[in-house]
Amino acid sequence: MIPGPFAYHRPTSVKDALALLADLGDEARPLAGGHSLIPMMKLRLATPGHLVDLAGVADLKGIRAEGGDIVIGAMTTQHELVGSDLLARKIPILRETSLLIADPQVRYVGTLGGNVANGDPGNDMPAVMLCLGATYHVSGKGGDRRVAAREFYQGAYFTALEPGEILSAIRIPVPVAGHGHAYQKLKRKIGDYATAAAAVVLTLKGGGEVASCSIGLTNVAETPLWAEDAANILVGSRLDAATVKQAVAAAEAITSPASDQRGPAQYRTKMAGVMLARALARAKERARP
Amino acid sequence: MAKTQISMTVNGAAVDALVEPRTLLIHFLREQLNLTGPHIGCDTSHCGACTIDLDGRSVKSCTMFAVQAIGADIRTIEGMANADGTLHALQEGFREMHGLQCGFCTPGMIVRAYRLLQENASPSEEEIRFGISGNLCRCTGYQNIVKAIQYAAAKLNGVPFQEAAE
Repeated sequence: MIPGPFAYHRPTSVKDALALLADLGDEARPLAGGHSLIPMMKLRLATPGHLVDLAGVADLKGIRAEGGDIVIGAMTTQHELVGSDLLARKIPILRETSLLIADPQVRYVGTLGGNVANGDPGNDMPAVMLCLGATYHVSGKGGDRRVAAREFYQGAYFTALEPGEILSAIRIPVPVAGHGHAYQKLKRKIGDYATAAAAVVLTLKGGGEVASCSIGLTNVAETPLWAEDAANILVGSRLDAATVKQAVAAAEAITSPASDQRGPAQYRTKMAGVMLARALARAKERARP
Repeated sequence: MAKTQISMTVNGAAVDALVEPRTLLIHFLREQLNLTGPHIGCDTSHCGACTIDLDGRSVKSCTMFAVQAIGADIRTIEGMANADGTLHALQEGFREMHGLQCGFCTPGMIVRAYRLLQENASPSEEEIRFGISGNLCRCTGYQNIVKAIQYAAAKLNGVPFQEAAE
């Protein structure tokens, strides 16, 4: 399969990349790891006239602590997330999630920025970002702005990104030390998108009651879901079976998956519930009051 | 569409060429450089038959444009054997352990296993299986591929290879 013709641009700064995108207009697409865009181009479902490759922009790389946040450059690969000691210590759910994305070769190339910016409901990182309360740094020719991940996703492949803008970094508030976390993903095989998946971050009080809880769900709606009601049900509980059941029902209630090769909609909704229950149990195990 | 001048290092040799930007790296390697070791299997980034080593990463060359590899240091199966012509430990392992039947997936498997062993010189069986999970084999059932990689790891570490009991 051979993509349609395009002109290739390789800027070395964010400023130059934005200028190119502004000048070239609708015909231009930014290129990150390319493992979503290039397959689309090979199928001729995407036929951009210009590709603006962000690989040469050093400012879009790297993982750094900044105050109580960790800021991750958009071009940081899944492989780099897996290998980061800072993330392993501070936000271990990112390593756990990265290792469930695609396969080793894809993780060497696939980027966090591409994963969250593309708006593909099958991508794993968006729900994790909703769960963590991340903020996206968005750069445009007119200036920079920040968008909460929880307000970024509008529909399948529709996001708050405007034409000519790029998502330049992901800012994540570091969850408190001792938090419990888990990303549970049901998939048919390595490399598959989730049939359903759930992200959980929670903290426990000394007596084992849930002090705070946040839940994200993957691939069970047109967008990733932040299951706020389900999480609120769990706060104050000791994650007893009855309360977990109630929270699972609340989470299932906000799903609206498509029926596809991964199963009928009803099954995928139930699997979202199962993944949530497992993620809660795992997070509880890992939490230190 | 105008062609773009690219230069890179492939199997230790400097390469300069003109390519259309839309030329996929796998097509460039196979058709312009005549390196037909990397195979086109699924053409959708699933099977790993086109895997090459690029700047210390295992990459599926069917899902990358040749222009993206400007300045890169690439190794394909053609660059795996030792300088004196003897086989690399992985190639030897695949031969000794019967790690291939039809051989179609083998170049990708070996190049991927090369990077795996660079990152983890003594992987467990589970780590090997996870490490090659982006490479599909339709013949072997993977068992002998895992053994071949264990054989190579042992040889590279200078320790005797002991086949696990089945």
